[in-house]
Amino acid sequence: MAQHDDPSYAADELYAAREPIHPKGIRGRFRRFKNAVLLIAYGVFFLLPWVRWERLTGPDQAVMFDIPSRRYYLFDLVIHPQDMFLLAGFLILAAWLLFFVTGLVGRAFCGYFCFQTLWTDTFMKVEALVQGDRNKRMRLEKQPWNAEKITKKGITIAIWTAIAFWTGFTFTAYWADAPQLFVDFFTLDAAKAAYITTGILTVTTLIAAGFAREQVCIYMCPYARFQSVMFDKETLLVSYDAKRGEGESGRKPLKQGLMTLDERHGQGVGDCIDCKLCVQVCPTGIDIRDGLQLECISCGLCIDACDQIMTKRGWPTGLIRYASEQELETGEKPNLLKFRTIGYGIATLAATALLLYGIFARAPADISVQQVRQPLFTVLASGDIQNNYNVKINNKLQERLDFTLALEGLPDAKVSVVGDFEGLSVPADGSRKYLVHVRAPRDAEVDRRKIEFVLTEENGRIEPLEHDATFVFR
Amino acid sequence: MSQPENKQGQVETTGHVWDGDLREYNNPLPRWWLWAFYITIIFSVVYWILYPAWPYGDTYTKGINTVEYTVEGENGEEKTVTEHWNTRALFTKNMQSSPSALAQQEWVNKVKDMSFEEIEQDPDTLQFAMSVGHGTFGDYCAACHGAGGQGKIGLFPNLADNAWLYGNSYETIVSKIDGGINGMMPAQNVPEDKIDDLAKYVLSLSGNAEISGEAASRGKQAFATCAGCHGQNGEGNEAMGAPNLTDAIWDVADVPGCGGDTACQVDEIKHVVNNGIERQMPGFGDRLTETQMRMLAIYVRQMGGN
Ligand code: SF4
Ligand code: SF4
Repeated sequence: MAQHDDPSYAADELYAAREPIHPKGIRGRFRRFKNAVLLIAYGVFFLLPWVRWERLTGPDQAVMFDIPSRRYYLFDLVIHPQDMFLLAGFLILAAWLLFFVTGLVGRAFCGYFCFQTLWTDTFMKVEALVQGDRNKRMRLEKQPWNAEKITKKGITIAIWTAIAFWTGFTFTAYWADAPQLFVDFFTLDAAKAAYITTGILTVTTLIAAGFAREQVCIYMCPYARFQSVMFDKETLLVSYDAKRGEGESGRKPLKQGLMTLDERHGQGVGDCIDCKLCVQVCPTGIDIRDGLQLECISCGLCIDACDQIMTKRGWPTGLIRYASEQELETGEKPNLLKFRTIGYGIATLAATALLLYGIFARAPADISVQQVRQPLFTVLASGDIQNNYNVKINNKLQERLDFTLALEGLPDAKVSVVGDFEGLSVPADGSRKYLVHVRAPRDAEVDRRKIEFVLTEENGRIEPLEHDATFVFR
Repeated sequence: MSQPENKQGQVETTGHVWDGDLREYNNPLPRWWLWAFYITIIFSVVYWILYPAWPYGDTYTKGINTVEYTVEGENGEEKTVTEHWNTRALFTKNMQSSPSALAQQEWVNKVKDMSFEEIEQDPDTLQFAMSVGHGTFGDYCAACHGAGGQGKIGLFPNLADNAWLYGNSYETIVSKIDGGINGMMPAQNVPEDKIDDLAKYVLSLSGNAEISGEAASRGKQAFATCAGCHGQNGEGNEAMGAPNLTDAIWDVADVPGCGGDTACQVDEIKHVVNNGIERQMPGFGDRLTETQMRMLAIYVRQMGGN
């Protein structure tokens, strides 16, 4: 039960405004890695809808999610509604991969690959370009609203809006023919949904990457809340080596008598010169020296910052580095092949294999046969019995398929297709439903009999399709 | 959370302690959260203004949003109706102008100008006509003829078999749907001593009973009255809708229901002969369009095949 041990507690404020964070730009390994990821991600996201891909049927767009025709086109892979399990497989794979990576190196996803991180990063770059680096931005922030501030902030927001708009438009372009959409969009001819989608994404991108930033990570992101369950003592995390940094009598700035490592170690002072560069570069505005925190997205920029300081002084780098909790405590290097990582690794590989199998083993065509149940059977003028079946054929190939229909298990039966079609043809990437009459002489001995429909492709392009059914005599 | 004094051990807590050592930070709520809260309130007010929301008395606020759709007036003209936003009006509107409704309309227009033969030869058109016909059948025909057209012996003909009382041409079927049918056989006054033989003779026509000698000639003689409609050999007459008595199909007398018991079969037939038949199907010409009836005819004819 909760108890008060401090009766005098009182909150000063119920609500706190966000304090703008102005991280300092920094160069280094992690910054370079982040730039590379950003470049690749943007390249893929922004260019993909414009890549053309010729198909016999369907749109000539490499990647397109076609809602009206219920097809997802991914290059030569066409995903039909009945292949939706592939999507489930993909999501499972993504989850396992995330667990695997998180168990190994912590929140790598957050720091380098998350959309929120990528777009916030871009928006910060714009900010730095227009308003200058950290100090200039902080000064501008404090400044009253004069012409300079209005112009600079205005230009920043204008560029943000342009990027946000193009982000929204690009997303929309995945759901329609991109060049056509481009023309329609600006001649106000596009579908309402296109404007709504683009509009919502423009606004949300602008808010999330421009104004909310780390607040999204801290307050809104569900993943931030449960990632720590995937950590263990051997997970590599961005950490401050407190033993080395603080020594016995804590961190001290550089000053006379505390300039070299030898002098400092002699007096029990740690290696951290309290320059606060690691705090200044942090996009979430925290001090990594306080230990593992919910706000840390593992972007590694504080590593770049501290390494820069250490290099400048000629001291060994890695005061802030990827290190496991165990390593910081005992100096013991983490065992990367631990049970948990191997487990996640195997699960990831298995999910990948299954997904690939699922993609390559998809049937090029399938049939479903449904007996017409009302009435189950009919007596014909000749005294023969007739059963009707709805035969539906799905053709997922990019060419027309022509089938001949045969029936097994009922030797005297006559089979006819409504419309008196000789063969059943199904257009490329389409489906057709045929009503089939099966007539057989009355058999007083049996009530029902198992039969099988066999559809053979006339040109042998695919394996024969088979489907069980029942013939009812009475 | 980005408070500079948020150093370890110095954060203000609510003062609550759980399990001896669990404390709760007393961080203020972020201000954006407050704004989000205000925005939801503004949203709800906008919603009230646009859409039906508040009940009062025996009515409710209707909102200023409207839905427009067309209805056919009494003199066949199209009228535009504007109603306050509600899902029923929206449904009507979607049935008229949603992409799928328009696509369907396009198909209907296509089928309108095609002959029955042309429709039959194209699998996609046939599939469309059959599915529309199926829907129409469910709405207008299934109540009597059954969901699958199986009918009810003695009352409603089975449409799923391949016998057609009035012929199986599409044109005939359409004309019957349009104008309705009066199916009628007058009650016959066959003397008591002849009716057994007559019934047996009728049964023998379709191979359901053996009859020979005296009885056969008596039965055949009595059948002369029937031959006027059913034909000399009982093969029926499509012009009058007189059924073929030589086939295996029984629509009125429940002969199959007797399970081979001749006495019962004779009774069934006697009953029909003595009482006559009166079956009526209303015409649907004033409720269905020409194209609807044509598609319905395709569905009905294909149900049993020929
Ligand atoms: S503490 Fe370091 S790794 Fe964590 S978010 Fe800040 S800069 Fe990135
Ligand atoms: S950058 Fe390194 S030296 Fe500077 S304050 Fe941070 S940990 Fe200390």
